Amino acid sequence: MRHRLALQIGPVAFRIGSAWRAPLDALAKLYAGYPAPADGLCDFTVRLEPERPWRLFLRPSVAIRGDYVLPDAAPLALAHGLLAAEMGMNLQMALGQKRHLLLHAATVEKDGRALIMTGESGAGKSTLAALLGERGWRLMGDEFALLDMASGDLLPFPRAISLKNGAIGVMEAEVGGDRFGPRLDGTPKGAIRHMRPNQEALARMSEAAKPALILFPRFGAAAAVRGVGQAEVFIRLTQASTNYVALGRRGFDALTGLVRGTPALAIDYPDAETAIGLVEDFRRELAA
Amino acid sequence: MTAARLLVRALRDPASIGSCDWAGLVSAARAEQLLASLAFRMEGMAVPPRIAALFEDARRDAAQVRTQALWEAEMARRALAPLGVPMILMKGTAFHAAGLDAAIGRSVGDLDIMVPRASLPAVEQALLEAGWEHVKDSEGYDDSYYRRWMHELPPLIHRTRDRMIDVHHTILPLTARPRPDAEALIADSMTLDNGLSILSPADMIVHAAAHLFADGDLAGGLRNLWDIDRLLREFASDAFWPLLAERARLHQLHGPVSRALRLANRLYFTPVDRAVAGRARLADRLFEARLLARNGWGQERRKALRFTFYVRSHWLRMPPLMLARHLWVKATR
Repeated sequence: MRHRLALQIGPVAFRIGSAWRAPLDALAKLYAGYPAPADGLCDFTVRLEPERPWRLFLRPSVAIRGDYVLPDAAPLALAHGLLAAEMGMNLQMALGQKRHLLLHAATVEKDGRALIMTGESGAGKSTLAALLGERGWRLMGDEFALLDMASGDLLPFPRAISLKNGAIGVMEAEVGGDRFGPRLDGTPKGAIRHMRPNQEALARMSEAAKPALILFPRFGAAAAVRGVGQAEVFIRLTQASTNYVALGRRGFDALTGLVRGTPALAIDYPDAETAIGLVEDFRRELAA
Repeated sequence: MTAARLLVRALRDPASIGSCDWAGLVSAARAEQLLASLAFRMEGMAVPPRIAALFEDARRDAAQVRTQALWEAEMARRALAPLGVPMILMKGTAFHAAGLDAAIGRSVGDLDIMVPRASLPAVEQALLEAGWEHVKDSEGYDDSYYRRWMHELPPLIHRTRDRMIDVHHTILPLTARPRPDAEALIADSMTLDNGLSILSPADMIVHAAAHLFADGDLAGGLRNLWDIDRLLREFASDAFWPLLAERARLHQLHGPVSRALRLANRLYFTPVDRAVAGRARLADRLFEARLLARNGWGQERRKALRFTFYVRSHWLRMPPLMLARHLWVKATR
């Protein structure tokens, strides 16, 4: 393809090709400091190309394609090309990754203990992970948790963090401007701005961690904490996994191993500071 | 060398692949649904570590693909058992059920089965009662088109397992010029030790050839041709070739079967009987070019050629007046 970029993110190497230059320029800027794959190869290919040939010039629209495609995925405007590249990488992982159990979850780590946060869109896991990543925790990923099925470890996959709507302002107040991508208004998910994880997250992107706590956060109610039984945790994580069914027995063994060995809590929180206070309390209890 | 040609060479002669465009090979193989087949062919060969790991993933995934395909076949068998009608597995699921070489790394999407045409209403009812649902609107044009002219029911999908089933009653649309002998396909099918049934070896090849060269636009055809290569290599014997020719004639598909043999030989160097394959035709080159229209980014190339084959697929499928009406309905709804 005319324009191309290769990125190593945690254990996964992507090759992204584009019919236009602009999306890859934005991607290269956002992912400044990420290594190129050492072997020059890739695990997955993403293609950004016109939905129909004439849409290269005329009202350009970016179809998200690659090794794995969703047949009825809607194309994006060229102005949202960076989002298309991000969605393309997510799609390859969700449909093609069979080496690790994939959970739709954010993960952060401190003192070798990893915290998994999962919940429906809007639960605030990306925002909490982004904030914790600036306050002494290492951000491992805000979108996918990769569970190594042999060791039970979590592998970092520190992609750019996808901040939506209200979360954008929260992080702009926390972090310097050079780590942000362009603000994308009017996307299918509202306003989106991507943020590069900090230097520590990048430098330690090949360092695994042991899962220590599973958290189901829910934004918008008064602070509350409740325990979650293993059966409920298991079912919720099967729903949060993109490849649990495709992995068969190995996926079941890995997931039951995670659920049996890791405590789980559900929290309600009215604002991010409350949630972070709760997380720090949990961390101190686990360390004690 | 184009990526598709590299893929064909890697499948045919994996030992000949030294340093190459690995990213292009993997993308082309994924696009053609041949990654796991390639991974098995290249098992134990010296490849870069990242590619070796991808191949390892693909081989492990293939075991799960097989389990799921056979489970789906078993679910259909149980749903239809009370009817007492023959249920014959087709395509990938049949290869897996019979443990054929063609099953090694073979991906399986939908479950394809064949039943006697007279049993279709009972079969459809039994599947609906067992949890399958119509994919398309069961009132519209597509539905009535399927029921009147196609060789299969409108596709059904299982409510909880999310897997599709295609219920065939013959191997080509009723609008196509060749009229395969569906009764003979069923009469000569074979029952396996596990209680499942498959087409006879010669009919399996006739079906694969009909699917590739007498129906459809050859998209993804490298995988279908790889099936044909694997089947022919496994079944070939002095007695087999005349039998294949006889079945091809019976089903009015001698032309497509001959072409399948020639193209398999051209691309995968499949040993074939010259008497059945016939002499090379000029058009074989066009078919070869169409099958290889894939680059190292997994994109389809050669737009004009692909369009020509797309037009051909409609031409094969229906007579001109009917085609005009069909396109009119599709365009104006």
